[in-house]
Amino acid sequence: MSAETTVQEQAPKAPAKPLFTAKDRKLISDPLDDDNPITVQVLGICSALAVTVQLKPALFLCMGVLFVMVFGSATISLLRNLVPSRVRIIVQLVVVAALVTVVDLALKALAYDVSKELSVFVGLIITNCIVMGRLEAFALANKPGPSILDAFGNALGYSVILIIVAIFREFFGSGSILGFSLIPQGFYDMGYENNGLFILPPMALILVGIIIWVQRSRNKKLIEAN
Amino acid sequence: MELVNIFVKSIFVDNMIFAYFLGMCSYLAVSKKVNTAVGLGLAVVFVLGITVPINYLLENYLLKPGALSWMGAEMAGIDLSFLSFIMFIAVIAATVQIVEMAVEKFSPSLYSALGIFLPLIAVNCSILGGALFMQERDYANIAQATVFGLGSGVGWFIAIVAIAAIREKIRYSNIPGPVRGLGMAFIITGLMGIAFLSFSGIKL
Repeated sequence: MSAETTVQEQAPKAPAKPLFTAKDRKLISDPLDDDNPITVQVLGICSALAVTVQLKPALFLCMGVLFVMVFGSATISLLRNLVPSRVRIIVQLVVVAALVTVVDLALKALAYDVSKELSVFVGLIITNCIVMGRLEAFALANKPGPSILDAFGNALGYSVILIIVAIFREFFGSGSILGFSLIPQGFYDMGYENNGLFILPPMALILVGIIIWVQRSRNKKLIEAN
Repeated sequence: MELVNIFVKSIFVDNMIFAYFLGMCSYLAVSKKVNTAVGLGLAVVFVLGITVPINYLLENYLLKPGALSWMGAEMAGIDLSFLSFIMFIAVIAATVQIVEMAVEKFSPSLYSALGIFLPLIAVNCSILGGALFMQERDYANIAQATVFGLGSGVGWFIAIVAIAAIREKIRYSNIPGPVRGLGMAFIITGLMGIAFLSFSGIKL
């Protein structure tokens, strides 16, 4: 499912590729691995882990973050020469808070059960460091085009980690993916049991730790000095 | 008794870090030394203790459906709750600014200890998280909301000081390269979270 989801999200990009220069492509591909917002930049962990018990709320949160980041980056990038740097944090917070309100109301109207499940974590997209971090680090200093690509890439990098963690937790914790039971009843009859630990918060942290471990063993240049 | 219950519950059972992962970014970034961890932890306790009651008043006398009824019967039908995210974050950003100026004026020694951490706190998820949980759980009066804010802050303080102490010690251990640093911090936090699970269900 993880491969499928990422492919689906990238598919519309593929035919347009010749339009992008190599630099533009890097803006999207870098955050997926080498410069991943969660495992390398350490941004946006706050709201990421609590919603990964099941895949469905995780997907909705990813879409929310994607929407807020793309439109927030575009807005801030357009405003970048008008806003004095002393008040930029407040301006960014207000723009992001307005966008998050849109997401929250849309979720309540279109998918009320998911909105209840995500509870405060929709609101917490405002202080999700990944949004503010990319606004500060990129959108404030670049034109709208590259800013949107950067926001899109980082939101995808964030989504990839969320989706991987959510798949592991839902599969081992509830024996299903997206609510469809995958483990045949025969297994349960033979004594197999769902691992309740995966549903509890600590396992999300340990899973991210393991993802970092795997990623850094493949990519030696990310290893930290002690 | 209810107050003590809320306090203990928000420290141990509903711990901001171990149960809800709020404020993880600064928790991971500023937990390399115990001294700085104590400074940031104190600042979080301080700001949560101030902003949660203020947001409680805003929520109950301005934003909630029917909250404006104190202005007259015709205002009672107004529902401003769609403004809550913007109001909360504005209150937090403004409070942090005011607290920073007040601390600088009245207690220069505390200011030099907290100094760089105070402005950072405006974007700490645990502060906005505190306000949103307060809204969701619907506390009965302002005392309960204040105690909840302080308790969440203390829980966060305990968590960051504990991980900073562990990370200081672990620097001398021989950890495999790829898991060094960030990876280990995540795994240790997970293990600490499992330890904190043993508190679940306590009630005073």
